Amino acid sequence: MSTVTAPPAPSRLGSALGSFVKARETGILLALVLIVVVTTAKNPNFLFSNDGFRDLLLTPSILLLVAVGQAIVIITRNVDLSVGSVLGLTAYLTGRLFIDIPGIPIIVVFFAGLVFGGLLGLINGALVAFAKVPALVITLGTLYAYRGINVLWTGSDRINASDMPKPFLGLGTQSILFIPVLTLIAVVVLIAAGWYMRTQRGGRELYAIGSDPDAANLYGLSVTRRVLVAFVVSGALAGLAGVLYAARYGTVNSQAGSGFELEAVGAAVIGGVAIFGGSGTVWGAAIGAYLLFTINRALPILGVQDFWQRAVVGVLIIGAIVLDRLLARRQSRKLVEARD
Amino acid sequence: MTTTASTPGAPALELREISKAFGAVVALSDASLALERGSIHALVGENGAGKSTIVKIIAGLYQRDTGDFRLDGQSVDFTSTAQSKAAGIAVIYQEPTLFPDLSVTENIFMGRQPTLSLGRIDRRLMREQALGLFARLGVRIDPDRPTQGLSIADQQIIEIAKAISLDATVLVMDEPTAALSGVEVDRLFQVARSLRDEGRALLFISHRFDEVFDLCDTVTVMRDGQYIDTSAIADTTVDEIVRRMVGRDVTTLFPKEEAVIGAEVLRVEGLTEAGVFHDVSFSVRSGEIVALAGLVGAGRSEIARAVFGVDPYSAGSVTVGGARVPKRSPAAAMRLGLALVPEDRRKQGLVLESSVSRNTTMAIRRSLTRFGLLFSPAENRAAREWASRLEVKASALDTEVGTLSGGNQQKVVLAKWLATNPRVLIVDEPTRGIDVGTKAEVHRLLSRLAGQGMAILMISSELPEVLGMADRVIVVHEGRITAEIDRADATAESVMFAATHQEVVA
Repeated sequence: MSTVTAPPAPSRLGSALGSFVKARETGILLALVLIVVVTTAKNPNFLFSNDGFRDLLLTPSILLLVAVGQAIVIITRNVDLSVGSVLGLTAYLTGRLFIDIPGIPIIVVFFAGLVFGGLLGLINGALVAFAKVPALVITLGTLYAYRGINVLWTGSDRINASDMPKPFLGLGTQSILFIPVLTLIAVVVLIAAGWYMRTQRGGRELYAIGSDPDAANLYGLSVTRRVLVAFVVSGALAGLAGVLYAARYGTVNSQAGSGFELEAVGAAVIGGVAIFGGSGTVWGAAIGAYLLFTINRALPILGVQDFWQRAVVGVLIIGAIVLDRLLARRQSRKLVEARD
Repeated sequence: MTTTASTPGAPALELREISKAFGAVVALSDASLALERGSIHALVGENGAGKSTIVKIIAGLYQRDTGDFRLDGQSVDFTSTAQSKAAGIAVIYQEPTLFPDLSVTENIFMGRQPTLSLGRIDRRLMREQALGLFARLGVRIDPDRPTQGLSIADQQIIEIAKAISLDATVLVMDEPTAALSGVEVDRLFQVARSLRDEGRALLFISHRFDEVFDLCDTVTVMRDGQYIDTSAIADTTVDEIVRRMVGRDVTTLFPKEEAVIGAEVLRVEGLTEAGVFHDVSFSVRSGEIVALAGLVGAGRSEIARAVFGVDPYSAGSVTVGGARVPKRSPAAAMRLGLALVPEDRRKQGLVLESSVSRNTTMAIRRSLTRFGLLFSPAENRAAREWASRLEVKASALDTEVGTLSGGNQQKVVLAKWLATNPRVLIVDEPTRGIDVGTKAEVHRLLSRLAGQGMAILMISSELPEVLGMADRVIVVHEGRITAEIDRADATAESVMFAATHQEVVA
């Protein structure tokens, strides 16, 4: 086979690879910009009207939070399908807290949403980590279970905007320096998650676990604990998203957030998070969330009929995965060549 | 460096009378081993002697049932790999265990990265340290590239770099040279010697005696999960070690009945697949049992799978009765009269959830159909015949195969292939995991089939089985045939020697 030493690899290879990976996110970002530009050219209101710019930033913010959590879970070679149901439950919890405890401070409600979501995530994580059942199955189960609890709790009841305090609802629509508050919250979370995943030991171990779980065990990494934490984070972020959902939309019924799990997985995958774990970034997932929602809003303006819109999203997801495979194959060929 | 009160003069690592059983299977009984500082210790033994189990106990992956495990004279109890690592033990497994998506540097330092304030990983320092390690090992590997696509040799170097950066006092290498070329082995040995000279204790597991004698200071022989003997390399010889490795009674085995050996049925010529097997040529005659012997991983199963058309090969030919067997077509191979009883019967030989009769008739389905439909009575008729001939002990033909014992499962797989009426039967490890009684039954059956004129190619890792059953023994070493030994000349020593040496012996 080859000699022991790799030939003095071109010293640029590393950084070239780095930018190669970056290019993955850059590509989606370019696609997003392209869609905004084209749609704005067709209808300037898309970007330049009063609401246009705000909606562009605001609408995907809630999905962004969920997609960041989802990306962290997928990076560990798991998946969390229960996030839509967690979002729904915390959204309803938010309304109930305002109704049942008049005058409750808004910050406490946020805290309650985070903790409650985190607890639901802990249940997922514990089942996955200790029952040794694939996350796909476990969280498919909790998707229905959590939704069932939601329906049982809510019944035909629903939370209306009048049930919640004005300042809280204001969070869902207000802007600071033209940036919606919701978007600011989402971006702060994104930066924190991105920082953790890149610079902290824990973050790197999440990648290692997803890259090869057996090797991670032999390394003596605490796989169980890390995976558990990933699920708790995903649940907590879905919980935070639930609180923001209530603030943004004002009405919450028992079906709030259903279907969100698939959009979150879609956003992560479109954003270049490998579905088998080990690679991708939360940044990519965040851009994926924006791309997904922006396309949904752009297509009608571009004159694409309703029923084609979902198909376009489907093509996007399949395209992203095919691209992933192609890039991965090209890269591994390159790496083998670099070795020889 | 791990214990505060280390006993002076005690071995760096010591195992005393360790036992380990998995269910009813005893993997180790009274195994002992002592590793001294500044010394390289070889551990040798046949396949299944318990070497890997010892490695896994040292690594903290398995827990011993009984016995004493001491580090620096202190008794330890590892319940996880993290604990053994923390105690200064580094294990390099046969198969490197790296994270393919992550960079070489990250792979070395995972979980122990140098950090700055706020727990930020110091990537620059980490990279420099990686370069430092590679400089010390005298290799050049790009620290920034992902480990995906690296050669096995380079991956092993990374594992060693990892062990050094851990400042491990005990380094275990489980067949590190199995996938390396000559130059790569030399480099590895250089590294191992310098580690020894630094006062570390090394355990080296290998099947290559030339390497053991070249590198090691002491050698421990194991057999059947038991400690046999430890001696200084200088005081022993290859022959002596081989004798201790195989030293058991081979005469008690069921011998093959005499059969009329007829015309050549299977002929394999120049079979080659890069990196797997090279220039493999042999033939099997009717009535003959030919054993393909060698160590696990020598490429025997791969050769069998290529002959049957499951795996590809780049050069060479396979003929049955003069007719060429096409590449990569098991269906065509079956039509020409080949049958392959695979090594892993649960995964490759049976549909565990299906009934005995379904499994038995699996390979002859087509001939049982009427108007393209399969009727249970026809299936059962065919299955009953074979089940009774092979004495499959199942309460009924509709018993789920998964519930049968290993021996009876193996009979069902055999029945399935015998139902196709093959001219050549290839059996891969026919008696693995089967109790002694059923083993003898399988041996008798194979012998009888040969007597009826079938050509049988048997792959076996059990020397007694090879010596007892085979008319001819073909020994494979690292993908090449190193010896062809007639029944009369085949001894445990001659087969073992050929299985562990590069050179072709006459």
